[in-house]
Amino acid sequence: MKKQEVPQDKGLAGEMREITYAMNDNGEYELVPSYGWEVKTVPLKQAWEEILEGVQEVLDKVHSGKLSPLAYHMAAHQMDVKLLAKYAGLSRFRVKHHLKPRGFKRLKPELLQRYAQVFELGPEELASVPSRINRSLSIDRE
Amino acid sequence: MEIDFKHSQTAHCESGVLSNLLAHHGIHLSEAMAFGIGAGLFFAYVPFIRVNNLPLTTFRSATGDIIRKNAKHLGVHLVRYRFKDPEEAMDALDRKLAQGVPVGCQTGGYWLPYFPEAYRFHFNMHNLVVYGRTGNEYAVSDPIFPEPVTISRKDLKKARFAQGALAPKGRMYFIQSVPDEVDLAGSIHAGIRKASRLMLKSPLPIIGIKGMHFLANRLAGWPRKLGRERALLCLGQVIRMQEEIGTGGGGFRFMYSAFLQEAAQVMDDGALARLSRELTRVGDRWREFAVLGARNCKGRASTRETFPVMAEIMQDCAERERAIYRDLLATV
Repeated sequence: MKKQEVPQDKGLAGEMREITYAMNDNGEYELVPSYGWEVKTVPLKQAWEEILEGVQEVLDKVHSGKLSPLAYHMAAHQMDVKLLAKYAGLSRFRVKHHLKPRGFKRLKPELLQRYAQVFELGPEELASVPSRINRSLSIDRE
Repeated sequence: MEIDFKHSQTAHCESGVLSNLLAHHGIHLSEAMAFGIGAGLFFAYVPFIRVNNLPLTTFRSATGDIIRKNAKHLGVHLVRYRFKDPEEAMDALDRKLAQGVPVGCQTGGYWLPYFPEAYRFHFNMHNLVVYGRTGNEYAVSDPIFPEPVTISRKDLKKARFAQGALAPKGRMYFIQSVPDEVDLAGSIHAGIRKASRLMLKSPLPIIGIKGMHFLANRLAGWPRKLGRERALLCLGQVIRMQEEIGTGGGGFRFMYSAFLQEAAQVMDDGALARLSRELTRVGDRWREFAVLGARNCKGRASTRETFPVMAEIMQDCAERERAIYRDLLATV
């Protein structure tokens, strides 16, 4: 890659520039800052769409009473049962139980607190979910 | 308290952390040099390990390897710790900082608040240097960022004890001592030998040149086997691993070319300079693959820009790289 070919397409990193390796006119490598490249922004956005779609599905199930608010926070933090169980220091079985509205309702305050800490939320925040997800990272497919 | 530490922005976190740490101890190696001596160049397609539910493709060696191999090849005394208890891990960090020693830490990117939101995924292989503490704020040199940053004790602790695959478990490391003189030529040779052998001679079909052919064969059949949508997600993941923050472009191939170019000067070896130029062309070819891939993801590919065509490009990269590693092995 030549220095003048280093793409400067602003993507999802905002004003941040990353280092790329490119050649100057003398054929020597240089560290060239780049705002980004559309070619990699496309799959990054694609990955976010996939994540957000999943979060939306879970949120719908929370609203329809099939899943507990914990399920929403888990999905919104890109976690699965295995990872959340690790963070909360609980068994997967118990986490699964708390993902159901019944199990969540019966959560003792100290366990509620433990989950809240994982997501850095207050216990009340943990029990609430937004009406719809924040889609600031998604794109409309052209 | 802040240690006088020079932050330099680099492409990749691990080679960057190492280059910055070595400079602090008086050994001045560029990032590319650290990457090459640490035998960072690699390829593997590991379909049974999933990242975000998609098969893993990697263009670099396992995390921690670059640092370890550099220490070994250069004769630097590196000390590494892991911890069970987060408080203990933070106290150990504080003690080293109080002694005026900058400390490398492995962290989970998801919990680093200074990361752009779009890059906050659960990946636990992110390295940074902590070089000071004022109250509850730590001074951090994160080499993929242009300037040093600060992070609270709470956040740093969380990042050092991120959970999931390759959990850092509080991993920290620092340079204890450096030799009076380093054998640069010997280290370069050792690094080249290690990387080339692995790329050519791994018995596992998912690693090195064989791994590229393996992925290419699979990739050609993805749309048929997985359906268009899932195929595009898998393809997108390959492009991201190849081009996303940290590789310096072309799946680390340009960074390695820069290493070979520098090595050619150190050794006064024209063959290395020629191989550097050739690997640069392979890097460009990898980028062509990414361009085609992105066009497919956007639904703008022409009828000739199909998955089998992309697979052919990858196979071409594999064959060209095979010739390069063979020649590299012959020079060292």
